[in-house]
Amino acid sequence: MTPVKLDLSPLRRAAAWHWAEYAFWLLPLVAYFVFPKNLALLSQIAITALFCLSLDLILGYAGIVSLGHAAFFGLGAYAAGLMAKYGWGDPLLGLAGAALAAAAAGFLTSFLVLRGADLTRLMVTLGVSMMLYEAANKLTDFTGGVDGLQGVDIQPVLGMFSFDLYGKTAYWYSVAVLFLMFWVARRLVHSPFGLSLRGIRQNVGRMPAIGAPVNARLVAAYTIGAAYAGVAGALLTQTTQFVSLDVMAFSRSAELLLILVLGGTGSLYGALIGTMVFMAAHHFLSDINPQYWQFWLGAALVLIVLFARDGIMGLLRKLSAPARTPS
Amino acid sequence: MTPVLQTRNLSKRFGGFFASKDVSLSIEPGARHALIGPNGAGKTTLINLLTGFLEPSAGEVFLKGEDVTRLAQHQRVKRGLVRTFQINRLFAEMTVLESVTLSVCERLGLGWNWWRPVGDHTAAIDEAAELLATLRLLDVAHTQTRSLAYGRQRMIEIALALAAKPQVLLLDEPAAGVPTDESRELFETIAQLPREVTIVLIEHDMDLVFRFAERISVLVGGALLTEDLPEVIARDRRVREVYLGEALDG
Repeated sequence: MTPVKLDLSPLRRAAAWHWAEYAFWLLPLVAYFVFPKNLALLSQIAITALFCLSLDLILGYAGIVSLGHAAFFGLGAYAAGLMAKYGWGDPLLGLAGAALAAAAAGFLTSFLVLRGADLTRLMVTLGVSMMLYEAANKLTDFTGGVDGLQGVDIQPVLGMFSFDLYGKTAYWYSVAVLFLMFWVARRLVHSPFGLSLRGIRQNVGRMPAIGAPVNARLVAAYTIGAAYAGVAGALLTQTTQFVSLDVMAFSRSAELLLILVLGGTGSLYGALIGTMVFMAAHHFLSDINPQYWQFWLGAALVLIVLFARDGIMGLLRKLSAPARTPS
Repeated sequence: MTPVLQTRNLSKRFGGFFASKDVSLSIEPGARHALIGPNGAGKTTLINLLTGFLEPSAGEVFLKGEDVTRLAQHQRVKRGLVRTFQINRLFAEMTVLESVTLSVCERLGLGWNWWRPVGDHTAAIDEAAELLATLRLLDVAHTQTRSLAYGRQRMIEIALALAAKPQVLLLDEPAAGVPTDESRELFETIAQLPREVTIVLIEHDMDLVFRFAERISVLVGGALLTEDLPEVIARDRRVREVYLGEALDG
């Protein structure tokens, strides 16, 4: 086609699946057989991983810092809960409803996020999530307030797999949704749209000068991130058949940011691995020392930010770099 | 011939200070036009006003006869008005090929395509590769931008602009900070651009300006002092007084 002789394979390879990725996605299967008694925890990990993935889309790719991402998680959780309570208990319908509700909120609030730089964005996202939290707290007739939303009745997945006491259905359902959403996100970040988001993160001042409508792209990215968070929230509702007020709590947003930094931003896998490490550490450390486990978490965070800016994924990349065959 | 780029009484005020003052400029299609003037004369401000990077306090900008004064930067780029920056604005963590492909994708309107991988958009990649070949950047196509020498980064600054297929290209000191031999090469590349591309150049190196420009505008204190052929500018007493003196005598 072109007279230019250039090996394009490095560019193409970026979007192709690496063997380590296939290996990674065997982990949910392995975990199922190795930890059959911990399926509830494993489901939580899958759900938090999806939530963290949603933050990576907006922070790791579009470069929007958020301290209020739980707002969308919570909206999705309540949307799915309310739908199920009032007779729309089909899980997939619930996911769709949650995604729409969260996306709508994400779209509307994205225009606030466009204004200003990082500090402004932190405060705006924090402020929006605080308002939603208090609204959910106040609207007790609707949300149950601090008592939580009761009477969430979820139908079997695809009309076939009902949610069992052991949490098997909940686990496979969460993992399947996580994988599908991850797969779509992976397509997205390797597309021209994803490339433009990376461009915005790396040099927002250049993007308009090559003809890219920066604000429109940011609105789209933020809306998609919100929809993803909403789906994660809906999964939590559906697998626990309950919505507690803390789905929107500030601590959830802050913890999520911590997990993503721990895992490393802008690679999708950083979000997944960060969640696994964080939740496992949480589980084991709080067993050993229920009061002070956060001490070690804090120490790990400080060390990562000082010495391994790109988180666990950055470390993994450094370790694997010498082993990689030169192209 | 309608001018491809025109301004009418363009002004920019920062408080009481005029960074641009009543600039009325008219640039013919295919021109090789230089903007010169001492430091602080408002050259970069003028480029910022032309491209929509800054909003003017007064006056209008016309591109191919269309009033674009109220258009956003990216909309002017879509209409063919593209710039480079005096201080590099590059995508440090992308490879050279990725950066240029990004720019090509935006021009081809693929920026909203969120499903097919960049690598499958063959037309865009081929075009980016061809541009890299023209600019002699092929050997670093897969190198991360941040790890390149400054002179080559300066070339990528231009590559990103050319990938947008400009009809009017505004070059803001393209050779700033580049060693002499490399800046020669850079200017050869610019000189080889086809005549369909109108070029407006800001440059401090008078050698380069007089070798390249076919028309020169002199800015002083934000205002247009004079505009003429290079040989007339070189003889102009006022120009020599405010600015050129030694550069021409030496």
